[in-house]
Amino acid sequence: MRYLPHSEAERAEMLGVIGADSIEALFSAVPENALQKAPLDLPSHAAEFMVEAHMRALAARNHAASDGPFFVGAGAYRHHVPASVDHLIQRSEWLTAYTPYQPEISQGTLQMLFEFQTQVARITGMDVANASLYDGSTGTAEAVLMARRLTKRRKIILSGGLHPHYRDVVRAYLKDDPHLICLSPSPEGQGDILDRIDEDTAAIVVQTPDFYGHLRNVKVAADAAHAKGALLIVVVTEVVSLGLLEAPGALGADIVVAEGQSIGNSLNFGGPYVGLMATKKEYIRQMPGRLCGETVDANGERGFVLTLSTREQHIRREKATSNICTNSGLCALAFSIHMALLGEAGFVRLARLNHARACVLADALERVKGIELLNKTFFNEMTIRLPKPGAEVIETLAARGILAGVPASRLVSDDPAVESLIILAATELTSDADIAALVSGLEEVLA
Amino acid sequence: MSMNREGRPTHTGTGADINATGAALLPNEPLLFEIGDTHHSGVDLPDVEISPDRLGGFERKSALDLAGLTEPEAMRHYVRLSRLNHSIDGGFYPLGSCTMKHNPRLNEKMARLPGFADIHPLQPVSTVQGALEVMQQLSHWLMTLTNTAAVALSPKAGAHGELLGMMAIKAAQEARGEGHRKVVLVPESAHGTNPATAAFLGYIVKTIPAREDGTVDVSAVKEALTSDVAAIMLTNPNTCGLFEPQVIEIAQAVHEAGAYFYCDGANFNAIMGVVRPGDLGIDAMHINLHKTFSTPHGGGGPGAGPVVLSEALAPFAPVPFLRKDGSGLELVEHVEGEALGRITAFHGQMGMYVRALTYMLSHGADGLAQAAKDAVLNANYIKARLAGVFSLPFPNYPAMHEVLFDDSFLDGTGVTTLDFAKALIDEGFHPMTMYFPLVVHGAMLIEPTESESKQTLDQFCDVMLDLADDARAGNSERFTAAPLKAPKRRLDETRAARQPVLKWERREDIPQAAE
Repeated sequence: MRYLPHSEAERAEMLGVIGADSIEALFSAVPENALQKAPLDLPSHAAEFMVEAHMRALAARNHAASDGPFFVGAGAYRHHVPASVDHLIQRSEWLTAYTPYQPEISQGTLQMLFEFQTQVARITGMDVANASLYDGSTGTAEAVLMARRLTKRRKIILSGGLHPHYRDVVRAYLKDDPHLICLSPSPEGQGDILDRIDEDTAAIVVQTPDFYGHLRNVKVAADAAHAKGALLIVVVTEVVSLGLLEAPGALGADIVVAEGQSIGNSLNFGGPYVGLMATKKEYIRQMPGRLCGETVDANGERGFVLTLSTREQHIRREKATSNICTNSGLCALAFSIHMALLGEAGFVRLARLNHARACVLADALERVKGIELLNKTFFNEMTIRLPKPGAEVIETLAARGILAGVPASRLVSDDPAVESLIILAATELTSDADIAALVSGLEEVLA
Repeated sequence: MSMNREGRPTHTGTGADINATGAALLPNEPLLFEIGDTHHSGVDLPDVEISPDRLGGFERKSALDLAGLTEPEAMRHYVRLSRLNHSIDGGFYPLGSCTMKHNPRLNEKMARLPGFADIHPLQPVSTVQGALEVMQQLSHWLMTLTNTAAVALSPKAGAHGELLGMMAIKAAQEARGEGHRKVVLVPESAHGTNPATAAFLGYIVKTIPAREDGTVDVSAVKEALTSDVAAIMLTNPNTCGLFEPQVIEIAQAVHEAGAYFYCDGANFNAIMGVVRPGDLGIDAMHINLHKTFSTPHGGGGPGAGPVVLSEALAPFAPVPFLRKDGSGLELVEHVEGEALGRITAFHGQMGMYVRALTYMLSHGADGLAQAAKDAVLNANYIKARLAGVFSLPFPNYPAMHEVLFDDSFLDGTGVTTLDFAKALIDEGFHPMTMYFPLVVHGAMLIEPTESESKQTLDQFCDVMLDLADDARAGNSERFTAAPLKAPKRRLDETRAARQPVLKWERREDIPQAAE
C-alpha cells in the first residue's frame, strides 16, 4: 500500500520491541464482540491510475461552469483565480501544516493570517477581523449570537433580503427561539426592517447587495438600529462588491460578515469556502474564532501568535464564545494571496468590471419580451420576473448547455410569489457571447 | 536595521542572529503592506467606465488602502513566508489528537478537476449527478465503516459536526416530549469543543471524572444518569489514547436512562476498519475527514465533519440529503417532517468529500484497516521505546493511535512540558500536543499516525531519550532557552493578549499609547 511505509519485517521487529505477538493484541481493550471479523462490504485498495479513472468518470458527469454560458450566483460566484494562487496554496508548507499552535515554527501561517485580518478589516471598513470562520452563513449565525452577548438582549430581526440559506442557518442555530423574527422575502428590494426595531432588539441583519441583487441602505439601517440601542449586522455574500460599494464600517455597521469565496476560491459545489467576520475594537472579546496578533520574540524581533484565546473552547470549554476550532485556514490563504495580487488597483477594477458586465446583462434582459427586471440598483446580480415558472425555464436552458441562473423557488420554497423569479449574476468572466446565447435561449423558451 | 539585496529590511529587532546555519535561506519577511502599495497589481484587468445609475449613490468613498504585488513579488512573499512553517511533508508532526497523516497528492489533483471544482451548488441537479454520486459513495463508505443508518455530510468541521449531532439529539428528545432533559455528561478528558458545543445549545455540562487508569468510570456515569440527562459526549478511543473498555456497557446504561450517546470521532483513525462504532451503541458521531481521511489541515482548515447517525436519530438529519430518484439522485433541500433545517449554506465541503473518497478508494477496506493498525503499532512502539524513562500515567492498557505521558519524569529538573516541547523544535520535530488532556499533569500527547516509517520513529525516540537524559543531567539551558534554531525565539504571548495588535497600521496612524 503506497501510503504505508512499514514492511512486514519492520512490523514484526516493532512488535518485538513492544512485546506483543500481533498488532491485533494491541486491540485487547476492545470488547471481543465489537471487533470487526468479517470483511466489510467495500472494495479493496486500488492503484492510483484506477482511482483516478473512477473519479474522472464521476467528474465527467457534471457540467462545469466553464463548459458554457454561466449566470449562477445567489451566494457563490464564478470568478477568475490567478494560476499563482493555486500553485502557492499547494506548497507543502501551507497545505500540510496544522493550526499554528507552535508559533516559533508557524510564522508563515501566522503572518499570513495577520495580513488577512488587515485586508478584511480594510475592505469592510472595520477595526478588526478574525482569522476566518467556516463560511458566510455560519458566520451570520455566530454574529447573531455575538450581538446577543454584547447587548444582553434577545430579539434578532432578519431582513427579507437575507440569503434564505443564511436565514435557515440562523434558524437552526436558534431553534424555536421566539425572539427570532424572520421577515418575508422581499424580491422587490423593499425596506422592511426599520420600524420593527425596539428596545428589546439585540441586532438587525441586513444583506447588501441583498439576495435579489438590490443594494440596501446601510446607513439608514445603522441609524435606526443605533437609535434603539441595537446593533447592525451587515452580510455581504459577494465580497467583490466591496471594491465598488461603500464599506459597511464607514456606514455604521457593528459587525460585518461576508462570504469570501469570490476571492481566491473555486465554486467547489458549495464548499470549502471562507467566512469573513469583522467588528469594532470594543467588541473583540465577544468575537468568535481565532485571532492572530503581533508581538515580539525573546530577541525583541517582531513575530505573530494566536491571541485572546481565553474566548475559545480549548481554554474556556463550556464558557467559550463559540465551539469553533478548525476553520478555513487554507481558503483564507487563497483569499489573501488573490487579494494581494489584486491590490487596491486590481480590486477596484475587478469590482467595476463586474458591475459593467452586469449592466450589459441587465440591458440585454430588459430588451427580451416578457421579462421584467426587478432591480433599480444592483452590483453584479439581479432578479427577473418571467411569464413562466423560473425553475422550468432554468431546466430547459440547462438542457441546452446554458446555466441561466437560480430559480428563487429553489431557496424560497414556501412563497408562490417567487415562483416566476430567477436570479442571475454576471462577473468578469461573462462574455458578450454568453449574454447573447442567454438572450436567444430565453427568447426561444418564452416565445 | 540590515537590508537584503532587494533593499528590504531583514530585521526589525535587535537580537543576535542565533540561527547562523541556514539563516540565509530563512530571511525575515516583511509584511505585505511593507512591500506592496496601492498601485501595484498582479492581475491585468481593464479599467472600465461605469455609470452611477444603478448604484443608488452607494459608491465607495472611504479609502481601501490595500497593498498589491505583481506576480513575481507575490510568489517570493508567499514562498518565503511558507518556509517559516513546519509541515507534515517537511517533518514529523506528532500532535496528539490531530492525526497529522500524509495528505496524498492524488486527492488534490482530483479535487481540482473542473467537474468538481468548477461546479456551482445551485446549478440544476440534473447537471451535477456526478457530484451527487460522490456524496452517495462517500456516505456509503462512512456508514459501512461505522455500521450506522444515516450520515449528514454537511458539517464544515468536527466542532460543527458535534453541533449538528447534539442538535439532532435535542430535536429527537423534544419530539418525544422530553425537552426537560437539560444535562449533558462530558468526561473530563474530553476535547474543549464538547463542553463548548453542549453549552452552545443551552445544556448544562456535568463533568465525569476519569478513573485512575485513564478510562471513564462506568459507575460514575450510571450514577450521573438522572432523568434530566440528555446525552453523554464520549470520545472513543479517548484523549488519553485508550479504548474505553466498557463503552458498550456505558452505551446500554445511557440508552436505558433514555439518553443518547454522542461519540466524538476525532480519534476514529485508531479503529477504522477494525471496530464499527455502531456496534458499540453510538447514536451520533462526527468524523473529521481532515484527520482520519487525509484531507489537508491547511494551517487550520478547511475541515469537514460528517456525522453518522443511528436509526433513532436518522429522521432528525439536516437538509440537504440525497434521495434515489429513479435512475438518478435527488437533493432534498427543504425541511420535511422532523428534519433539523440547515446548518450551513449549500451542501457542505464538496472539495473535502472528493479528497476523502479518493483516499478511501486508494486504501480500500483492507488498506484502511491496515492504516489503523499501523497507527496503533506506531504509538505503541513509541510507548515501548520511551517507557521507563518517560512517565506513563496509564500503563494498564495498550495505547491506541496515541500515547500519553505526564511530566513527573521532569520532577526536580526545572524543565516544564512547554520547555521540553520547545527543545524538540530545535531537533527538527514538531512538538507533541502539550497540556492536553487535562486529566494528567503536564500532559504530552504523542500521535505518530500510520504515515511514519520506523526510521523516523527511531530518530524521534532517540531524540526524546537524549532530551530526557539532558533534562535530568541538569542541562536546563537546552530547554528553557529553546527554541534557538527556529525562525523565531519564544514569542511573548502575554504581550499579544494585553496589548492586542490585530492588524497592520501605518506608524502615523497608530495612536500614541501611554506606556
